[in-house]
Amino acid sequence: MSTIENTVEGDDGVNRRDFLHVAAAGFGAVGAAVAVWPFIDQMNPAADTLALASIEVDLSKIAVGEGVVVKWRGKPVFIRHRTAAEIEEAKAVDVGALVDKQTDAERVLPGKEEWLVVLGVCTHLGCVPLGTKTGDDRGEFGGWFCPCHGSHYDTSGRIRKGPAPRNLEVPGYAFASDTVLKIG
Amino acid sequence: MAHGPAFETNSAVVKWIDDRLPIFSLIHGSLGAGYLAPRNLNYWWNFGSLAGLCLVIQIVTGIVLAMHYTPNTLMAFDSVERIMRDVNYGWLIRYMHANGASMFFIAVYIHILRGLYYGSYKAPREMLWMIGLVIFLLMMATAFMGYVLPWGQMSFWGATVITNLFSAIPVVGDHIVTLLWGGFSVDNPTLNRFFSLHFLLPFVICGVVILHIWALHLPGSNNPLGIDAKGKGDKIPFHPFYTVKDAFGVGVFLIFFSLFLFYAPNALGHPDNYIPADPMVTPDSIVPEWYFLPFYAILRSITFDIGIPFTDIVIIPAKLLGVLAMFGSILLLFALPWLDTSKVRSAKFRPTYRIFFWFLVVDMVILTIVGGKKPEGIWPVVGLIGTAYYFLHFLVVMPLLGKIEQTLPLPESIAKACVKKA
Repeated sequence: MSTIENTVEGDDGVNRRDFLHVAAAGFGAVGAAVAVWPFIDQMNPAADTLALASIEVDLSKIAVGEGVVVKWRGKPVFIRHRTAAEIEEAKAVDVGALVDKQTDAERVLPGKEEWLVVLGVCTHLGCVPLGTKTGDDRGEFGGWFCPCHGSHYDTSGRIRKGPAPRNLEVPGYAFASDTVLKIG
Repeated sequence: MAHGPAFETNSAVVKWIDDRLPIFSLIHGSLGAGYLAPRNLNYWWNFGSLAGLCLVIQIVTGIVLAMHYTPNTLMAFDSVERIMRDVNYGWLIRYMHANGASMFFIAVYIHILRGLYYGSYKAPREMLWMIGLVIFLLMMATAFMGYVLPWGQMSFWGATVITNLFSAIPVVGDHIVTLLWGGFSVDNPTLNRFFSLHFLLPFVICGVVILHIWALHLPGSNNPLGIDAKGKGDKIPFHPFYTVKDAFGVGVFLIFFSLFLFYAPNALGHPDNYIPADPMVTPDSIVPEWYFLPFYAILRSITFDIGIPFTDIVIIPAKLLGVLAMFGSILLLFALPWLDTSKVRSAKFRPTYRIFFWFLVVDMVILTIVGGKKPEGIWPVVGLIGTAYYFLHFLVVMPLLGKIEQTLPLPESIAKACVKKA
């Protein structure tokens, strides 16, 4: 008798069994989605990769006008000891005309304008721009030049010409002392 | 229908097995005398079986290479060099695998162009065509990940550039790239997963190839005349006629393959991939393997944003637009059976389409050349024109041509057309 009762349709043509089917399938779908998540999330950075310690860089050996490349989280970081002329050049730029509008002051620490710290990863497709080593092609704006697809960056690491959409990224950093920089 | 005579045997053992598991009937019906194919297939129809042979060669050599290869950033490059220098016949097997990838793409490109010329994508073979495109996409993913494994400079920087393409996707792009990398850059986790997937995907391709053949055998093969093979004298058994013709093609193909394998094994590769990967130094120019060059050219050809005029508002930035154009150039082909409005399949009877077909081939060759050049001087302009023409061909020429083209009269049947010729 109960079977018949269960299949009796309500006024809207929906019966108890329909509800049970939808509820069971829905519950199963949620369960399957939950089970899939670990298989997707395992691809994200593992705990040891995330735990990569921050690095410290000794700045005392970098003369004015020179730069170094250090490795942080598997990526190059450019540190440039800018000349007064380069700082002036970076400040004089009309921000409104830039692709990615940032003033030079937004990209350096106050009082430490001579130190420019940026990720050495072109924001186009991830190549390492040239311009840190003496004798490198620094592009048309005296900063960096990416040889892959021809992006030019200025002395503040801002994109000025070429296909890259954004300025070179500035990582989180602080001065541990006057000559020691801590990245990360 | 494409079905010929049923499987028969005098062997009691074979019959006993076939009654319980009709594997002999299956082979007979799909590759043997039981499958009837049009009598007029020309040599352009050899490239399907050649592509199948390439897949087998890649899997056999690949499994052997995996026995000697180490998917770790510290050891990968050296393990490949060890295969080249120390493992018995390792040089041969690795060169077979590396050049085999190129041979696979040559076979598949000719196979696709054959389909374009003779209208093999048209009803009732749309599913066959689309499954073929799925195989093509899987091949590209497999080849890309395989190229990363030797962990040379081109491996590393190719992987960096291609995975960075996904960062162009709005909002979730950067998360997807991190997910692909398993870190903050292409590194050991990336190499490990690429090895795992490079091993898996060829078997996925095998499965999709079976679907491809399944979808082929329902309507049967198209043919150079493009008309349905319905009449009595239109078809001949696949075995022995086409098994022999395919075997002859295999012989010619192996000679061609051997020329590269033994005389120019690095001609299709890039010398920079013999430099170990260095995340701190980008090579002078990053060039993908030759078979990706036209699509790479399309990617790079877009250097302008699409936005609202006279404002700074950008709707689609150049980087995203380039990525969309590149993926779109292949996804577009899925719609080809409906973009082509002509009732006539074969270009043999489409005098105007035949000209545009060769324009497209020339366009692809030009894009291949552009993809290999540095984006300087005239090349970006040539690339942009080539890209524009590619889309023009499929989105404008194909739909219009079917409406306005004066096609030639079709023969009544394959048999009649063939007998007349003789």
